[in-house]
Amino acid sequence: MNAAEIHTMLAGSFPGAILHFAADAVNPWIEVEPASLLDVMARLMDDRDLAFDELMCLSGVDYGPEKELGVIYHLCSTAKGHRFTVKVKLPRQNPVVPSVAGLWRTANWHEREAYDLLGIVFEGHPDLTRILLPDDWEGYPLRKDYVLVKTYHGLQFKD
Amino acid sequence: MKESHRELERVREIEEHVTFDGERFHIRGNVADNILITSVDKMFNWARLSSLWPMTFGLACCAIEMMATAASRFDLDRFGAGLMRPSPRQSDLMIVSGTVTVKMGFRVKKLWEQMPDPKYVISMGSCANCGGPYWRDHGYHVVNGVDRLIPVDVYVPGCPPRPEGLLDGLLLLQEKIRRERVLGKKIATMIIGAKETAGAEAKR
Repeated sequence: MNAAEIHTMLAGSFPGAILHFAADAVNPWIEVEPASLLDVMARLMDDRDLAFDELMCLSGVDYGPEKELGVIYHLCSTAKGHRFTVKVKLPRQNPVVPSVAGLWRTANWHEREAYDLLGIVFEGHPDLTRILLPDDWEGYPLRKDYVLVKTYHGLQFKD
Repeated sequence: MKESHRELERVREIEEHVTFDGERFHIRGNVADNILITSVDKMFNWARLSSLWPMTFGLACCAIEMMATAASRFDLDRFGAGLMRPSPRQSDLMIVSGTVTVKMGFRVKKLWEQMPDPKYVISMGSCANCGGPYWRDHGYHVVNGVDRLIPVDVYVPGCPPRPEGLLDGLLLLQEKIRRERVLGKKIATMIIGAKETAGAEAKR
């Protein structure tokens, strides 16, 4: 199936949940409303014709200071040989999105990374803790408005 | 039996050539192949610098160059430092090869503390020297120089340094060890310590 067909199918099943469709992009993508993300993702995975059995990448994004945060899911179907991209945008003050770790186990560590560096909270994640930085680190370093921390436990690691 | 007899003969021969008059040794005849005379410092230093055991320990891309240095083409073992140890307890040289992050930095420090004295540190590459490309405000989590955590003996610049660079650093470290004063330092501390004790007792 091509991207337009996938979009038509999803738009029919989830009216109002698909906010945007970029058909001309290098990787065609749809933007999904956060509340219905889990349903859309479950459909993408379970449907016989879609069969997205692989989550290639899950990335957290900061679209800039004063703007929203986002999560991008790159999906691939090894059975059908097609690809698709799903985006979701979250408010900066309360970035909460349902976890897809129950669908693709790959998402577990990817979501922890996005939580660690951008502070996006994945609801329903089995173990949402920092994965790279120390557990007691303060702030989310990949946010555009991050203020650089220069000492940690008495160590001045930057001037 | 015959072998040990020959050994005894040899010892006697040496004894005949060396005499001690209470002040100094006198050596007669050609005994050069049997006796080496040197200072204790020189002997200790020679032993230490000729057999540095580095810790198997890599942090980033510099570690690839370190592996190349240890492998057959560049052969770190030519300088006696080829025995990479998997434990800090058996190592006397730490080659900090790569970017030191804050999280790893504390572990690096702990490993250094676990190494027995005398121990030496080579800081390899720009990241370990000063933070490299993560200098100043670039990189939210990089320690700008491993010398903020542990004392460094030799800095090897480069990004990453070629194996020749690391070998040069090792030779520099060996030169540094060659000039160390092992016993002299100890005696000096002992004298200072004794003086301090005497002073404290006098105050009482």
